[in-house]
Amino acid sequence: MDMIEEQFDAIVIGAGMSGNAAAYTMASHGLKVLQLERGEYPGSKNVQGAIMYANMLEKIIPDFRDDAPLERHLVEQRLWVMDDTSHTGIHYRSDDFNEAKPNRYTIIRAQFDKWFSRKVREAGATVLCETTVTELIRDAKDRVIGVRTDRAGGAIYADVVVLAEGVCGLLGTRAGLREMPKPQTVALAVKEMHFLPEEVIEQRFGLKGDEGCVIEAVGTTSRSMAGLGFLYTNKESISLGIGCLVSDFAAMVESPYVLLDALKTHPSIRPLIAGSEVKEYSAHLIPEGGYKAIPQLFGDGWVVVGDAAQLNNAIHREGSNLAMTSGRIAAEAIIEVKSRNGPMTKRNLALYKAMLDKSFVVKDLRKYKDMPALLHTNSCNYFTAYPRLMSQAAQNFMRVDGTPKIEKEKATTAAFIKARSRWGLVSDAVRLALAWR
Amino acid sequence: MTIAVTKSRVEDKLYQNRYLVDSGRPHIKVRPHERPSANLLALTHVCPAKCYELNDKGQVEITADGCMECGTCRILCETSGEIEWNYPRGGFGVLFKFG
Repeated sequence: MDMIEEQFDAIVIGAGMSGNAAAYTMASHGLKVLQLERGEYPGSKNVQGAIMYANMLEKIIPDFRDDAPLERHLVEQRLWVMDDTSHTGIHYRSDDFNEAKPNRYTIIRAQFDKWFSRKVREAGATVLCETTVTELIRDAKDRVIGVRTDRAGGAIYADVVVLAEGVCGLLGTRAGLREMPKPQTVALAVKEMHFLPEEVIEQRFGLKGDEGCVIEAVGTTSRSMAGLGFLYTNKESISLGIGCLVSDFAAMVESPYVLLDALKTHPSIRPLIAGSEVKEYSAHLIPEGGYKAIPQLFGDGWVVVGDAAQLNNAIHREGSNLAMTSGRIAAEAIIEVKSRNGPMTKRNLALYKAMLDKSFVVKDLRKYKDMPALLHTNSCNYFTAYPRLMSQAAQNFMRVDGTPKIEKEKATTAAFIKARSRWGLVSDAVRLALAWR
Repeated sequence: MTIAVTKSRVEDKLYQNRYLVDSGRPHIKVRPHERPSANLLALTHVCPAKCYELNDKGQVEITADGCMECGTCRILCETSGEIEWNYPRGGFGVLFKFG
């Protein structure tokens, strides 16, 4: 390869949301950028639910709606608590979401990432796929100065390396830049793509045109583990999946595909996907450790962004928007340092963290800093006991069988106290409130 | 549900996926062992592609062809040294059509 001895301003490792955001931002500001992706095409290794939030992409590509492959804009969100035969839920649907510039869209990552990557190329970056980076190159002073890949030719050098290598992040963890995620700070999610005719999806969810609906569900479907099931409507398909903490999977010796199959046959889900054709089964890790799991974000000659930096808001199920934003902010910090003719030192790159700390990314994660530990240690209560109690309470309330209402209410109260004790109920509520605060 | 039924179901799921297998160069290896640790043993159930299986001698073996490169096994077993985990060579491995 001719580029071997070439020096780049920046090398971006990975062509996911954070890598594309970083590469696009730097290239469109005239930096000489090389982006390396191990997949056959950008997106071929990437998995997401997926919901994409418009605001964060607008800050990078304002007119993305003109040609980005978007599935449906969301007008309805259903939050369900499930037990084995029922769901209790809060639904929010509003015509206000039918706006000129909708707020949230479902997307299919392989298609979206190809589009984003095309924008990166158009902005002037060099994108090299089918290239696995095997090693970070460091100089005698331990500064990162380039990378080695599995392609013939050897080393490629740059002033700064942007690690956008995803949740598993082999390079940074092997180089000792950060620790590997712990089993209790990552969730394993599995997903299937269920294809159905467009009009069938619209009928089943009461949608017209490009309107979309999503369901997110906690409950006994995760078998006492800290987990979440989801159903997202795309144009001609439904993304259906479930994820739980890796530590819980290992401790309970559960199989993710067994959970997924149980979700598919749940009486509340089965009719929604009836008759569908499954065209793909995927699995992916999701960072769940929150604020306390954020590693060192910068050093001499490197920054880390997106899932690799564990930037994911598990409570709001936001990840790709934090990824895009961290990629953009890292790029802006690098552009700023370069414009001052400053070297890409740890000291100068601290600007990235300072800027990120001021953004919603770190502010949101800090707000929920105690939630991951709470849900992890209390999972059987929040994910099994309470869902069962809520279902019983709802059924008790709805079913008319001649029992006086006062007795029904007493029975519901007694069931809560029996399951968790008075002190347990108060303590669960207080702990949840404190962690949410 | 018997194990055989579960197994065939996972294989059915993986059959939908696209892979470019790097023949003879598996990206994950299990180190030879007498008895697997609890985490390694758990992978026979937890691995979403059911790549890990128990052999007649009670040791865990891997066939990485259906691997979706999620990294769960790396998180659970790399630190203990029981498995060796690398990305497949560029272009090889799972190729998601939708993701």
